[in-house]
Amino acid sequence: MTLGVIMLCHAALDRTAQLARHWAMHGCPVVIHVDARSPQAQFDSLRTALKDLPDIRFTRRLPCEWGTFEIVQATLEAASRMLAEFPQVDRVLLASGSCLPIKPVRALQAHLAAHPDTDFIESVTTADVGWTIGGLNEERFTLRFPFKWKSQRRLFDGYVRLQRFFRLRRRLPPGLVPHLGSQWWCLTRPTLQAILQHPDRARIDRYFKLVWIPDESYFQSLVRQVSNRIESRSLTLSKFDYQGRPYIFYDDHLHLLRQADAFIARKAWPQAQLLYDTFLTPDGDRAHAAAPSPGKINRLFAKAVERRVNGRPGLYMQSRFPIHARRGTQSAAPYGVFSGFGALVPEFKPWLSRALDARVHGHLFAFDRVQFADGETVFKGGLSDSPTLRDYNPRSFLTNLIWNTKGETQCFQFGPEDEQEIAPFIASDPNASIFVVSGAFAIPLWQSGRSAAEVRAEAARLQKVESDFIDLLKGPETKARTRIWSLTEFIENPAEPLEQLADLLNPRAAHRTGELPLLVDLHGFGSFLQDLRNQGMAPVLMGDFPSDADLALPSPPFARPRVVR
Amino acid sequence: MGSPAEKRSFPRGLAHACPIGTLDPPVGGLTGAVLALKLRTRRQLLLLRAWRKRDELASVQDYTRQIAPDDVLCFLCVRNEADRLPHFLRHHRALGVRHFLAVDNGSTDGTAELLLGQSDVSLWSTKASYKASRFGMDWLTWLMIRHGSGHWCLTLDADELLIYPYWKTRPLAALTGWLEGQGRDSFGALTVDMYPEVAVSEGQVGPDDDPIRHLGWFDAGNYQTQVQPRMRNLWVQGGARARAFFADAPRRAPTLNKTPLVRWHWRYAYVNSTHTLLPGRLNEVYATDGGELTSGVILHTKFLPGIAARSAEEKVRGEHFGNAAQYVAYYDRLTGNPMLHTLASNRYTGWRQMEALGLMSRGGWI
Repeated sequence: MTLGVIMLCHAALDRTAQLARHWAMHGCPVVIHVDARSPQAQFDSLRTALKDLPDIRFTRRLPCEWGTFEIVQATLEAASRMLAEFPQVDRVLLASGSCLPIKPVRALQAHLAAHPDTDFIESVTTADVGWTIGGLNEERFTLRFPFKWKSQRRLFDGYVRLQRFFRLRRRLPPGLVPHLGSQWWCLTRPTLQAILQHPDRARIDRYFKLVWIPDESYFQSLVRQVSNRIESRSLTLSKFDYQGRPYIFYDDHLHLLRQADAFIARKAWPQAQLLYDTFLTPDGDRAHAAAPSPGKINRLFAKAVERRVNGRPGLYMQSRFPIHARRGTQSAAPYGVFSGFGALVPEFKPWLSRALDARVHGHLFAFDRVQFADGETVFKGGLSDSPTLRDYNPRSFLTNLIWNTKGETQCFQFGPEDEQEIAPFIASDPNASIFVVSGAFAIPLWQSGRSAAEVRAEAARLQKVESDFIDLLKGPETKARTRIWSLTEFIENPAEPLEQLADLLNPRAAHRTGELPLLVDLHGFGSFLQDLRNQGMAPVLMGDFPSDADLALPSPPFARPRVVR
Repeated sequence: MGSPAEKRSFPRGLAHACPIGTLDPPVGGLTGAVLALKLRTRRQLLLLRAWRKRDELASVQDYTRQIAPDDVLCFLCVRNEADRLPHFLRHHRALGVRHFLAVDNGSTDGTAELLLGQSDVSLWSTKASYKASRFGMDWLTWLMIRHGSGHWCLTLDADELLIYPYWKTRPLAALTGWLEGQGRDSFGALTVDMYPEVAVSEGQVGPDDDPIRHLGWFDAGNYQTQVQPRMRNLWVQGGARARAFFADAPRRAPTLNKTPLVRWHWRYAYVNSTHTLLPGRLNEVYATDGGELTSGVILHTKFLPGIAARSAEEKVRGEHFGNAAQYVAYYDRLTGNPMLHTLASNRYTGWRQMEALGLMSRGGWI
């Protein structure tokens, strides 16, 4: 069995020479096509460098712009040259000038010998292919593409739109079923012969001249007509990014390439000296990996695509800044926002911290100071407790806080007495869970001991701010999970809200809510509210707060029987 | 520092800076066209300025004939940096910078002599005002017009060390090749202030030492990100300096985003240090679709032990900021040997750490 290699080259011709020599040293005749756009001087030095090798041929140089038929034309010419001049060749491999053999050539030859009459070519029907490049999939075959995608982009796009508008469709040559696949194949002599001497070849070539990226479909489609044993996978490891550009392998990929199950890797960076030195020894790479694990390579590349396309949610930084329309307002992890609980339940923060296994901050958006948990002045990641610094860019402050503490749920208190600018952001964030006991802002005012007349204006202001906040939470833009209780609802049955929020934020730790914290003693608050009413304010957010006489609570703090889970 | 764009408020109603989640796509239509025209004029004026300042530069050592077509070049403007330059040159040579084009602005500590000994450094000198030359940018713009066109150009200060994904194993040529393949002409990097575990004036670092061994700490997660929609440039502030010195005036805190690596064309011009440049498309070093682009970090070695003396001197010279008076307090704090390290500081371990912390990204690069 003799393997012949067709090489399509356009740049880094010194590496081409090295590769061609490597193939030739292993008894593989090589036919080289060099892009007509490469400088003549480089081409000449390539020829000189390979002068001593008898089984190397150069074909007519065509200009091969990406996505055009010239690449197929060059391949066809090289293939007929190969078959005509090297009668001993019975398998032909198509490679590029940067395709590096990563297994010994002998191993490739043995693999081919073990699979006689098999064509290794990726060939998939258009319906089954995931990749659509430039928004085109099946239309690559049904529209006409006379313009070049790279250099005539406007004409290209315009002509596509025009054809779509008039619903122009091409008729396919009879018997042709469009298939797509990697450009790099390895075919048997009879298959290649049958394609070259296809009775309908002239018509097929005419058709493919106006197909987009025919090098990924010409052989892939025709082989279905002429071959009877197709192994639809390429022997060449070739990975593409989400825009269809091939990835490049560098020196630090050596270990990875050793784990590949393919025989050839595309593309190796021309300056990756270590890769060329390692793989282009007479015996190929000597250090064998324990076992090929192509899954690892696939995962690595899938992760890169994921990072480029979706990024890390909740991260805002110098190279990720989603625009408004792209669900821009999202944080890295779920967090809880609590309004009013601190005033009602003196031991709320330690209780919450125990119940949720979370970091519980005070009022992060207080006017005087950022109240980090445990009174820290500089929090994780270097966040300062300066309110000025926070208010300069509150959204960055919050997203940074959540990003810096990934792996630990964050909770903070937020009330009408705080800076409100962040409110719309929290409300629109699906990661936020917001729990409000409305009207609780009046408790500290009542506790302050000042008279209703003194605090009336302040109470009215806070009520206005809080009712705006609640309106916001009820608005259409809100994506956060919200629960709102009025003060009255809360003191009627405090256990339920507390259990609900613990369940919502940390479902697995529900059993920890076992003991519930004590409520503040509200005797006298009812008359304080009445005093406020008498002063001309209408305290509405508290609900229908019972008069002191009716207030049975909080002596037995939680009357409801606890269910043991 | 700050932003000069405010005074010209065209188009009206366009936010000066957009915080997270408020950036809209670029303005189109007639307004967009007028804006483009205005920015074009601005760019032309910057080029004209650079041309008029060309005589301020006197060539001291010119090896620019050695520059080959695909070389990565580094442009820098220095003043009394003899302590930093040996490592600066070593670091960037190792990255694959092939030629350094330096402007010496009246150094007195032997900086010029140090640069004269290097065969890959071309040197110009000037005694003219740093401030009047837009903090050196006019001079560098002129050199870039002359020598930078067609090359990938790295514009840095002597206290900046560029790192990028895989920098230990892949030279700059690999990065620029990847960027070209992605259709990108510019590369963004975040300036990260590195500081010691002790007060900033303590310790000793020799000119040949790696300053990062001493300045091993940084702030990982207090960067405030905005985009200025006029030129679509980022405006990132924060870090140790904002935390320690600008807590009362955060707006004045130093801008940290830079676009130091650009495939240059003589028509391009840096507008505001290397934070912003024109044409505006070069500023879009970030993805707006939710994904991440490849980006790097500039390790800022400002806080080496000599900082206190240097700050005292710079305060007197008043050559560094547009409105130097506003920064008097800042200089005074620096002169007072502050402690930047806190319990919340992170110790630098490498680019993968920087990426995991979200300060830079590989993007789609494997």
